[in-house]
Amino acid sequence: MLRVVIDQDKCCGAGSCARTAPEVFDQRDDDGLVVLLDAAPPERLREAIEEAAAICPAGVISVVDVPEQPVAGPADV
Amino acid sequence: MTTTESSGTIPVEHAGAFRFPVPKDPACPFDPPRAVQEAGRREPITRVSLWDGTSCWLVTGYDHVREVLGSPAISAEATHPGFPFLVAGVRELVRTMKPTFFRQDDPEHARLRRMLTADFTVKKAEAMRPDIQRLADELIDRMTDGRSAADLVADFALPLPSVVICLMLGVPYQDHHFFQERSAALFSLKASAEQVRASQQELLAYLAKIAEAKQREPDESVISRLVAAGELDFDSIASTGRLLLVAGHETTANMIALSTLALLRNPDQLARLREDPALIKGAVEELLRYLTIVQSGIPRVAVADLTVGGRTIRAGEGVLCMVNTANRDEAVFPGGDTLDVGRDARRHLAFGFGVHQCLGQPLARVELEVALETLLRRLPGLRLDAPFAQVPFRHEASIFGLGALPVAW
Repeated sequence: MLRVVIDQDKCCGAGSCARTAPEVFDQRDDDGLVVLLDAAPPERLREAIEEAAAICPAGVISVVDVPEQPVAGPADV
Repeated sequence: MTTTESSGTIPVEHAGAFRFPVPKDPACPFDPPRAVQEAGRREPITRVSLWDGTSCWLVTGYDHVREVLGSPAISAEATHPGFPFLVAGVRELVRTMKPTFFRQDDPEHARLRRMLTADFTVKKAEAMRPDIQRLADELIDRMTDGRSAADLVADFALPLPSVVICLMLGVPYQDHHFFQERSAALFSLKASAEQVRASQQELLAYLAKIAEAKQREPDESVISRLVAAGELDFDSIASTGRLLLVAGHETTANMIALSTLALLRNPDQLARLREDPALIKGAVEELLRYLTIVQSGIPRVAVADLTVGGRTIRAGEGVLCMVNTANRDEAVFPGGDTLDVGRDARRHLAFGFGVHQCLGQPLARVELEVALETLLRRLPGLRLDAPFAQVPFRHEASIFGLGALPVAW
């Protein structure tokens, strides 16, 4: 599953993330720094989010893949 | 151990250093100088010597330019010995002027830049689109009134961003000519130290007067809000205002003019844009990449050793990050020496990289989208009105542009 992590302290307010993946990133009104709108976005947004992470000039965005919840195994039967 | 003292010692292991900047091939004015592109293919980083006998590193490849500009081992502070200067005038400026955030590192850089970031968000820039559209239409009305030919630089490319930045800052438009003349001197590679200093002083004095006026009569402008915030003195506000003015109009004006010329020279690309106006956003990114107007390199100095492409840049050594050659890196932009308005060029480095990446980029994008879309739509017969060889390219400027662009329609 897709998880997005941001390090807001590093943000310089360039706004490329908000332009590239607007459903996931926005900019604060008072200082233009990044706001993460959805830390667990749908898979269909992966490409846009990875592009945002790649073009972020300050290395703020990390895209993490988290394993799905484990399904019932032999020990649960 | 290498040295970067201004005696100009070139270390023996870097005896192959070549003199920089290098002239462009006049037949390919849109392309970075061949010598620089070739040096970049031979070695990841190269040694060059500058006008004053000092030498520094040239970084040319996409990955390495990103790495250097994003590295904590690199400083933007021009007061460090070893910082590379391309123009005598700029070194003089740095000695006499209090630095703006442009030439500072974090945390002070972040503190100062964050006073301005709210004015340049993607949303704020987008909100200015209707005003910018109105300006573009008025300029074209005036340019075409009773005429069938004009200089696009004087009549459209230069006025448009000038008015936009003057409005944002709260500077009266009737003073625009004053600012354009001062900023031209600041950007010229040929300017003497005296010329740069004089232009500088005049701009700063004027802006300090504006700041005082805003204290008496506040408004919504950037200068007024900086005054009201009470964190910067008038001199610092003047300095910041000058930075935004200078950065805000010459660059965008140059991009408008060069983009128009590049499209006229690539009629198939022009046709694609006319047929499908929805391509405009992507086309603007591609034009930013293809033209990369910062052509003399982004100057930095190492404050700690760092390894780039297997070579070591030592603390105290200067670096020039060539975003223009980085934007033609075949590994990232295949066929990148060709303009392709359908390319996904979003990873370009035309606005720089790292925490200093252009503050004004959202506004620049809106201005470019509006300017080009309006020109193409309203002037379907737009054509170059002079032989290409006679179009005056400003190769001597650190920000690439055109002295004039004769067009007809």
